[in-house]
Amino acid sequence: MASNNYRHAVFCAIVTLIISFPILGLNLEAQGVNITLTGAKTSTIVAIFLAAGAVFVFQAFRDSFSGLLGKLPKLNPLADKEPMEQSKRVKLESWILTGIVVLALFWPFVVSRGSVDLATLVLIYIMLALGLNVVVGLAGLLDLGYVAFYAVGAYTFALLSQYTGISFWMALPLGALLAGTFGLLLGFPVLRLRGDYLAIVTLGFGEIIRILLNNWTSLTGGPNGIGGIPEPTLFGMEFGRRVKGEGNTSFHETFGIAYSGEHKVIFLYLIALVLAVITALIIRRFMRMPVGRAWEALREDEIAARSLGLSRTAVKLSAFTIGAFFAGFAGTVFASKQGFISPESFVFLESAIILAIVVLGGMGSQLGVILAAIAVTILPELAREFSEYRMLIFGAAMVLMMVWRPQGLLPMRRIHIKLNRQE
Amino acid sequence: MQDLLYFSQQLINGLTIGSAYALIAIGYTMVYGIIGMINFAHGEIYMIGAYTALIAITGLTALGLAWLPLILIVALVCAIIVSSTMGWAVERVAYRPVRGRHRLIPLISAIGMSIFLQNYVHLAQGSRNIGFPLLIEGGFKFGSDGHFEMSLSYMQITIFVTTLICMTVLSLFISRSRTGRACRAVSQDLGMASLLGIDTNRIISATFIIGAALAAVAGLLLGMYYGSVDPLFGFIAGLKAFTAAVLGGIGSIPGAMLGGLILGVSESMTSGYLSGEYKDVVSFGLLILILLFKPTGLLGKPEVEKI
Repeated sequence: MASNNYRHAVFCAIVTLIISFPILGLNLEAQGVNITLTGAKTSTIVAIFLAAGAVFVFQAFRDSFSGLLGKLPKLNPLADKEPMEQSKRVKLESWILTGIVVLALFWPFVVSRGSVDLATLVLIYIMLALGLNVVVGLAGLLDLGYVAFYAVGAYTFALLSQYTGISFWMALPLGALLAGTFGLLLGFPVLRLRGDYLAIVTLGFGEIIRILLNNWTSLTGGPNGIGGIPEPTLFGMEFGRRVKGEGNTSFHETFGIAYSGEHKVIFLYLIALVLAVITALIIRRFMRMPVGRAWEALREDEIAARSLGLSRTAVKLSAFTIGAFFAGFAGTVFASKQGFISPESFVFLESAIILAIVVLGGMGSQLGVILAAIAVTILPELAREFSEYRMLIFGAAMVLMMVWRPQGLLPMRRIHIKLNRQE
Repeated sequence: MQDLLYFSQQLINGLTIGSAYALIAIGYTMVYGIIGMINFAHGEIYMIGAYTALIAITGLTALGLAWLPLILIVALVCAIIVSSTMGWAVERVAYRPVRGRHRLIPLISAIGMSIFLQNYVHLAQGSRNIGFPLLIEGGFKFGSDGHFEMSLSYMQITIFVTTLICMTVLSLFISRSRTGRACRAVSQDLGMASLLGIDTNRIISATFIIGAALAAVAGLLLGMYYGSVDPLFGFIAGLKAFTAAVLGGIGSIPGAMLGGLILGVSESMTSGYLSGEYKDVVSFGLLILILLFKPTGLLGKPEVEKI
């Protein structure tokens, strides 16, 4: 047994060397047409061999390590306790949600401008994740091109404001409706496909939208994007120093206060907050309506659901369209916040991040999704010092979370009754 | 006459790219056929294969080796070794612990792995694209009519021949060898195969190794054909290859080959007759269209629903 362990350990150490040495230890350098190969710094080489050694030690003494780990106290103090009663749980969740919203209302007045900006971004991601949660978490449809609908919302606002001078408040429903229409149009033919076929079709659709935006230069400006997107107004009051729109007044003059750039940031944040709360409330209603139950029924057992008379196409299509609608919603806010959009904001990685938020949040649970959105957006910002390694760590964290806590932060639990079988 | 020549030229170019796509697509389709997951990191394995090959070629040239076939073969072997080891390790670290969970879990894990590997190479080798030396130069030229000359380069011939060899060896391996038979058994019914004494973990590892080795071959070939590599080199090729696998019916090896060829030809026809920028739009559009009429791909088995 022991010799077997050592053999395995040696094997693993060699594997570590093979996968790290050629890529890390030998650097290609292009000088004009010539390419030269140089060895990496000594520290890198030493690190590679140290890593291989560590792998060897870990594998060789794996049994004793796992024995030690078993003796450590449980990470989760609630692990042994009885799960909370369902009604209590639901109530607690609503209280926590309300608490978060109240806290969020005061947030912009105590922190710096940068934090408010970041918080706005978090809220946009919350909207996106809540929308995708309907598609993936509730209806069980794997959508890898969700960012396409986000792009549709953002570009609707950008293009309309460029050509017709439409305001944010007009564009908001239009962008969402148009994104919803796109969802409907794409969903109608493809929703009869099985899970993974659906995944690649939606992925392809996302790429199609991005490539079109990138290459249709006459309309979208191609890679240069569209700038000068107007900010939202408050009953015709603008937040800029000077009034741009016709018939508008400016916020600071109306109220007779000194101009400050912060007003605009805070206002945008509050709009995003209100819209995120509206999104959460609407989806919460949907979850309790017959259509919400139908989503979950179809996800759990398609054949049983269909034999009970649910129309597969109608149910799936409604989830897909509603998801797309809220992505368009978020897209409009995003366009307004940035003031400038380009296809670069709508790459596949965005879809992957939103999907990761949904899975990390526990698929279906709103509170979980909100917490995950906050974590996924803020943690990389905190890791700014490691900016180079940020995406590397992000990828590794995604894998580790799936290995250690696949059910997500707060998995959704339905109200249910357990039947005690009579002996 | 010129139209016909132009058309044949596009066809040749398309088949070249397509056969390389087919090589990558096999990795997707075999993994999907056995454990039903989309191995998103496969495109990165292919990219690492291309990088390793380039590193080996540069190193050997610097050492003063001049005999081309030897350089290519050594580079190919290095690429295959590194890529297959990578494929094996990725499966062990990121996929085996989450196997059998809800199907989104391995998918997210794979996407995370793909991001990780992309940035790993990005950090180690820089984000700029590096020129791949064109080692196989020249080619046949024929059918000139004064305006347009059709050509078939030696590089293209190399790609065809190598792909053909790989496909033949793979087909023989799958149909004749003991491991190949076990692979087929596991892809039909994992639980049953394991009851009959097949070491399923070993077979799954073997699948990843075979897929990664073929991807490494494609990495060397396409890296040389395109003339440069960069850390994002794998993403779009992986996406195309996956599209090819789905097009042909995921899980079916001949389907992956057929899908790769169709995708390659449609792509080069679009670049030739419409515009190179829209070739991806046409490929994905084609995919959506084919799936509308054949929801399980061209050669995929129709799904039987059991109640």
